This record gives sequence, C-alpha cells and structure tokens, in this order.
Amino acid sequence: MKYLYYPGCSLESQAQAYDVSLKTVLRLLGQELHEIPDWNCCGATAYMSVKETVAFSISARNLALAEKMGGEVIAPCSSCFTILTKTNRYLKAQPALKELVNQALKAGELEYNGNTTVRHPLDVLVNDVGVEVIKIFAKRDLNGLRIAPYYGCQLVRPERGFDDREFPTTMDDLFSELGGKIVYFPVKVRCCGGMLMSTFPEVGLKLTKEILECAYENQAEVIITTCPMCHINLEAYQKKINKRFKTNFRIPIWYFTQLLGWVLGATEEELGLKYNLINISKEKLSKTLEAV
Amino acid sequence: MALEMNQPGVWSKSERELRGAFLSQLEVIPGGDKIKACIQCGTCTGSCPVSYAMDISPRGVMALFRAGDIEAILRSRTIWVCASCYVCTTRCPAGIKITDILYALKRIAIEKGIFPSRFPVYHLSEQFVKMVNKYGRNYELGLIRRFNFRTGLKKFWQMAPLAWKLFIHGRLSFRPSRIKGLDQIHKIIASAQREPVPVSRETSEFLGTVGYAATTEVEEKVAAGGNQA
Repeated sequence: MKYLYYPGCSLESQAQAYDVSLKTVLRLLGQELHEIPDWNCCGATAYMSVKETVAFSISARNLALAEKMGGEVIAPCSSCFTILTKTNRYLKAQPALKELVNQALKAGELEYNGNTTVRHPLDVLVNDVGVEVIKIFAKRDLNGLRIAPYYGCQLVRPERGFDDREFPTTMDDLFSELGGKIVYFPVKVRCCGGMLMSTFPEVGLKLTKEILECAYENQAEVIITTCPMCHINLEAYQKKINKRFKTNFRIPIWYFTQLLGWVLGATEEELGLKYNLINISKEKLSKTLEAV
Repeated sequence: MALEMNQPGVWSKSERELRGAFLSQLEVIPGGDKIKACIQCGTCTGSCPVSYAMDISPRGVMALFRAGDIEAILRSRTIWVCASCYVCTTRCPAGIKITDILYALKRIAIEKGIFPSRFPVYHLSEQFVKMVNKYGRNYELGLIRRFNFRTGLKKFWQMAPLAWKLFIHGRLSFRPSRIKGLDQIHKIIASAQREPVPVSRETSEFLGTVGYAATTEVEEKVAAGGNQA
C-alpha cells in the first residue's frame, strides 16, 4: 500500500517530536511515506464552526491532491484525522454539498471524486504492519514500564473506526505485547478539554487535571498519546495545574510513536526526545533490555 | 432582534427566522433529522464532561428547540463550552448528532452576532480562519498573539512563560509556513464563500413535520447572513 503523508500544521511546529518519531518508526518497519505536496490546513474544529462550506472545501483540497497521487492518507493528528474523515462522510451523504465543494475546487483547477481513504498511523501500524511483525523488528523490551495509553476523543469518535469508541484497546494490546505494563486507566477516552485550555482555562485545567490525576494515582511512568492537542494540554500545562490544584504532577507525556520507536531501537535524536518538556528518566529507560 | 412572546403552538417572527436558519443547517448533517427522535433521557448531559460548566444542558438544548426557543439556546454558554469530544453523539440512543447540532447553532450565533464582545471562543475561531486564509496553514504564534490581543492583554503575559519554555525546546516557530498554492486556495475559498450552505432537496421533507416550513423570504435572509442582532 502506498501511504500518503498529511502531517498537519501542529506537526510542523509544536509537535515536531510526533513528526520525527512517526517517520522513524515507519522507516524502521520498512514502510514508505510520501508527503502530499503543498497540503493545507484541514480547517480543524475552529473553521468548521464559522464557515461550513468553506471548511469542507479547503479540507477537500487535501483529499483531491491525495486522490491524484493515489494511495491512503495517513493523518497523525487526531483533529486532522477526524476532520478529513468527516469531510469524506459528509460529501458521500450529501450530493448537493459534494457538488458545491467541487465547484469551489474547480476554481482552483482541482476535482475530488471521493476516493481517498484517511487513516490514522496507529491503525496502519497495528492492522497493516501488525503486532507480530513489529515484535520481529523490536530491539528493546519495555521490561514492565508502567504505561497509561491515552486515546482522547477525536481518534475514536464520533463514528466507529478501527477501534471501540468507549473502550479502545489498540495501544494497550500493542505495548503490552512489547513488554510494557498497562496501568488501570479508565479515563483513556475522556476529553482533555482541547481548545478550552485557551478559551475557558478553568474548565480546561480541570479536565486535564483529572486525566493526569488518574495516571498519577495508578503510578504510570509515562502517558502515551496520539494527538498533538492532548499532548500539549497534558504536558505543557502540568505546571499550571500543579499551581492551581496544589498537586505535584511530573508525568512524562510521549507520543505513542516515540515509545514504539524506542522499542524498535531508534536513538533519542531519531525520536525527537529533545522536544519533550518532561522525559522518562535515563535510569528508567536504561531498564529496557537491549536485544530481546 | 427583540424577543416576542410566543403564542402556544405559534412561533414568533424572530423564532421563525432562527428556526429557518437552524433547520437548513440541520439538513447538511447526515442524520440531522434525528433530532425529532429525542426521548429526553439525559444520556448526553450525563456523559458530557463539560455539562457542569453549561447553563443549559445538552438535553435542555433539545427541549428548547422543541419548545420553540432557539434564541435562548443561542444566548447560552452551552454552545461555546462544548469541547467537541463527541461522547454525547456516540452514546445517544436516538442517534442524534448532538455535537454537529451544537456546531450548527454556533454558526447561527456567529452569523447573527449573538455573543458578548471579547468573547474568547469566537475570537479564537475568527483569528484561526484569518491565519488559514492568509497562509494556507495555521501559524500558532500568530494565532496566540492575535487571540490574546483581542481578549485581553493580561492573558498574553500569562502565556509568556509557557511560550518561552516551548521556544527553548524548539517547538515555537517564528515564521509562518506558507503553502505554494495560496492563489489556488484563495480561489477555492472565494468560490465556496459565495454559496449558502446547500440543501439536498431529497431530505427536506422533514421541515414540515417539526411544525415549520421555511419561507423563501427567510431562506434569503439566512443566505444574506450578516449581523442582524
């Protein structure tokens, strides 16, 4: 399968760690990634709530570019993933909307027939590459590292995708196979607040605190995420949360691709660990056994 | 828009207008007509992680729509507090697309200008749209700067330590990333902007069953948009 890469705006700036580590993981597993040339912003939730038709049109521009290349789109950011999937779903259900979007695309000499499939890298890694193959490539064993896999909202909802919407287990299964200890983490699909952290901080801080608290109480040594928005809320706001709620959190937040890359034997540079504000301590990392 | 007293079973003029706008938005949502099937069970409100911060619960939104008081919904905090986590949509036993319905209401509130000035959610969305229109991609630093200037400078200084931390970790870019096809995307946006939200006529028969049929006049007004408050 030819994989087309749609990084999205966050992975270019704030979430470079995700970009670097995802590319490393796919390279180590022998998968080729072709970036969609000149992709644009998917529109995210913010655009959708202002101008609907325009939002669908700019989102469809990416899908049209991908359609020309042929292949499946990999969208690592949960928000991009959900918006691009939503665009596909809406255009399929509403012929009038599709016609209108195509009229707009035509002004830019593009056309979209609805043949682009959008997938999340977690889905591709587990269901296309497969856990068994990943295990063959594994150079390290997680050796009981206590992991809290956080899925967030827009990866598993609103429509049923590759995993359950209430109790997804893809990451749990993957990392327990690789030697990790998955902690009790019932908040794995609870909302982190998303943009509320900027718009209504009191609400955002409370939601994110509840997730960190659950990981803390269950002695997680790392929370792994699939979304740049969840990542920045959980990681960068820990200090503010500690101040606001008189807590004492200092939990490393990694992208799931960083942890997977570590198992596959990638170096710290190849995983973009320097971008993380809080990292897993060296002693804990050295506990992971070389060569299984 | 002055609030008029509703006669039982009769919508006021302002309500008719808002209803027309809302119903034509609903038609774009696949399965939007399921709003009729609400059984007022409260699963949405019970599941919502932010319902505690709302003045009207998601279930209340459905009830007010039925009772003919959309204006009350638009004036509430509810539509702005929604974090788009989609739990309500996932769990609703009647299959109502609650999150998408709240988006539709948000768009109407923006169109009619029903929200306090300096309102953070609106300004964030507005600035985000401007960034994307200008560069083709989001420019985080520019967004934070513009957003905070519009909602209060105090916040800007509160953000400074965090921005600094991200900067020293190489996560804050000082230069926006522009796409090459800016001209192309501007043409697409201009073309899409001209059109009102489309309505597939095959699905429009449910307009009558909820007690109101949009008149051409109302539809035209909706299409014209603008601040009518």
